[in-house]
Amino acid sequence: MTDTITMQVSRYRPEQETRPTVQEYEVPLRPDWAVLDGLNHIKDHQDGTLSYRWSCRMGICGSCGMTVNGEPKLTCAAFLTDYEPGPVRVEPLSNFPVIRDLVVEIGDFLRKLPKVLPWIVRDTEKPTSEGEYLQTPEEQDAYKQYSMCINCMLCYSACPVYGLDPHFIGPAVIALAQRYNLDSRDQGAADRLDLLTHPDGVWGCTFVGECTRACPKGVDPAGAIQRYKLTAAMQSIKAFLLPRGSR
Amino acid sequence: MSGPPVYTEFHPRWYRKRMGTLWWVHRPSYLLFALRELSCVFVAWFVIFLLLLIHAVGTGKRDYERFLDWAANPWVIAVNIITLLFVVLHAVTWFNLAPKAIVVRTRGSRVPSSFVAGTNYLAWAVVSVVLAWLVLRT
Repeated sequence: MTDTITMQVSRYRPEQETRPTVQEYEVPLRPDWAVLDGLNHIKDHQDGTLSYRWSCRMGICGSCGMTVNGEPKLTCAAFLTDYEPGPVRVEPLSNFPVIRDLVVEIGDFLRKLPKVLPWIVRDTEKPTSEGEYLQTPEEQDAYKQYSMCINCMLCYSACPVYGLDPHFIGPAVIALAQRYNLDSRDQGAADRLDLLTHPDGVWGCTFVGECTRACPKGVDPAGAIQRYKLTAAMQSIKAFLLPRGSR
Repeated sequence: MSGPPVYTEFHPRWYRKRMGTLWWVHRPSYLLFALRELSCVFVAWFVIFLLLLIHAVGTGKRDYERFLDWAANPWVIAVNIITLLFVVLHAVTWFNLAPKAIVVRTRGSRVPSSFVAGTNYLAWAVVSVVLAWLVLRT
């Protein structure tokens, strides 16, 4: 086993270059080191000018998503030894504008997210004196998978539909809308319907399925989207066939 | 570092990489997706072929025989073999994706994906056998 591995890191310094270039670094290859540890080693010991986002180092914060050897990955969860003998190519997340080096502009996602009301919507709030909104384990199970999303945007990076048409609201936002639609305490499904059934909503998805493969938390956004297509189609049929009161 | 940065209108220094026309050949899963989308053309061809056959049968024996002669052309057979492969791809990918959209819950737990897909395959087999029996019985 070699004791170092080569990292080919995408650099983009807008004040001095018009397109990204690749810079190579040799970093120690240790069994407990993830790609993020390699980047931190570069930053601390070799080149302090390298820019990238990270925070928790344990797959919770969703900050360190990058493209590793062509695949969208959380760099804290991608181990250097899995890429032996190297080199390991680290690039910014695809489908997002690059601000600098490995840092991408995520404003588009952050603007789309609140549009689907990703919180519990109630017609009327009951007073706190009446206690909590109780839920059975089965009711929690109905949405729990979708609540695991950490907003890391790997699914956006993997999605060719989003890459070709940035107006598409995207996998994570739809999965999070479903997380609340399927919550027994929520009453906001009708408020989310218009946005989700917009042409840039679920119907924009052509079911490539890459979002689900890229997701580090097992959320299955592709499944969430297809399920919502079914819901939306049933809703349209009901709206067409039934009188207003009984929908 | 070739020349000064090219400024775009609002955010002059963000680097925006566009997806090339051939984005779908760079990853096996993208390629499979593109082939699955393309398969709809072949499904349409089978529908047209079937309508032509029904028309020929409806018009009379001579038309039906002329249709059979035409269908025996090597190029028609070649097109139909390719079509069959694409239609099988279409059906298999469709059935494999079905559990994503159909989430059935019984007694509080989710019915496994393999059961949902398996039911689809079973229905496919049953319909195929019934059709084969209808067509092949003499």
